Amino acid sequence: MMAGQLDKDAELIARRKRRSVALALALGALVVIFYVLTIVKMGPGIFERPL
Amino acid sequence: MAYVADHRGITAVAGGARVEDYFALLKPRVMSLVVFTALVGLLLAPGGVNPVIGFIAILCIAVGAGASGALNMWYDADIDALMSRTANRPIPAGRIERDHALALGLVLSVFSVVLLGLATNWLAAGLLAFTIFFYAVIYTMWLKRATPQNIVIGGAAGSFPPMIGWAAVTGTIGLEACVLFLIIFLWTPPHFWALALYKQGDYAAAGIPMLPNVAGEKATKVQILLYSLVLVATSLLPSVMGFSGGIYAVAAGVTGLSFIFLAWRLFRAREDVPMRKAARSLFTYSLSYLFIIFLAFVTDHLARVSGWA
Repeated sequence: MMAGQLDKDAELIARRKRRSVALALALGALVVIFYVLTIVKMGPGIFERPL
Repeated sequence: MAYVADHRGITAVAGGARVEDYFALLKPRVMSLVVFTALVGLLLAPGGVNPVIGFIAILCIAVGAGASGALNMWYDADIDALMSRTANRPIPAGRIERDHALALGLVLSVFSVVLLGLATNWLAAGLLAFTIFFYAVIYTMWLKRATPQNIVIGGAAGSFPPMIGWAAVTGTIGLEACVLFLIIFLWTPPHFWALALYKQGDYAAAGIPMLPNVAGEKATKVQILLYSLVLVATSLLPSVMGFSGGIYAVAAGVTGLSFIFLAWRLFRAREDVPMRKAARSLFTYSLSYLFIIFLAFVTDHLARVSGWA
């Protein structure tokens, strides 16, 4: 009984962790998309500005 | 909604949803067809598009389609639980709470539309927003439970992706995109009515007024045959109008004749078992049919652009 409950709790924690990782990856992908989109939209001229 | 435990004995209420369950809310199989047809619209559009922007456009259309799938599952959880085909979806199976599906659908809708607008243009974004609205509100909330013509009108939602792909490149809605829209629009009724014929019991149990339950098998088979004839005639329009060549014409002609043959065989099937078998064959074939003619469209276009045909 006790072992069964512990097993279930461990599974719940593992699932929560996987959900968090998936969400982090999705947000990371969104950041990359916005970054790349900005570069593409601005074109090659982005590298020609005076520093 | 009564929550049931999954195979590990963990309910959605306990926070046991898996990543795969959330992904299943997006109807990945429908999404793959949407991605393919949108890609065809994008590739056929004149002028071309930056590959990165093209990729983002397809991603947005896919996510938008997934969002409407999640909204559909949120609203239809009660009837999904009554049908064998849908009873194992994440909400009726108790793996995800309804509110979570609604939140996911709304968030992904907003993100996909805004990102498509920023990446391409606001006509494409507007079309994507309208498609999500059409599928989630007009079809799911209204037509599906109200009329046996539900999938005829609702089919428009699935017909928009190639038009969105086209609009993402050109910022306009071209005649070619309208023909692609029309082909999917006319394909939808025979496709879903074939499914409804061999899954009649499911739809009747859920109280959904699909054509076979309301008008009967014979009337449905007549409608399938008529729609198939109009579909095949329409599929030849691109060749008649001159924006596709021989490769497409042959593919559309051969696959179209097979479509009509299967619809005719279904029309002639009288006994219950052969009729269900014929309906299943037509349903399965219709998926390949759409894939082949859209693929032929692109192949023909690329062959002509590169001077091979």
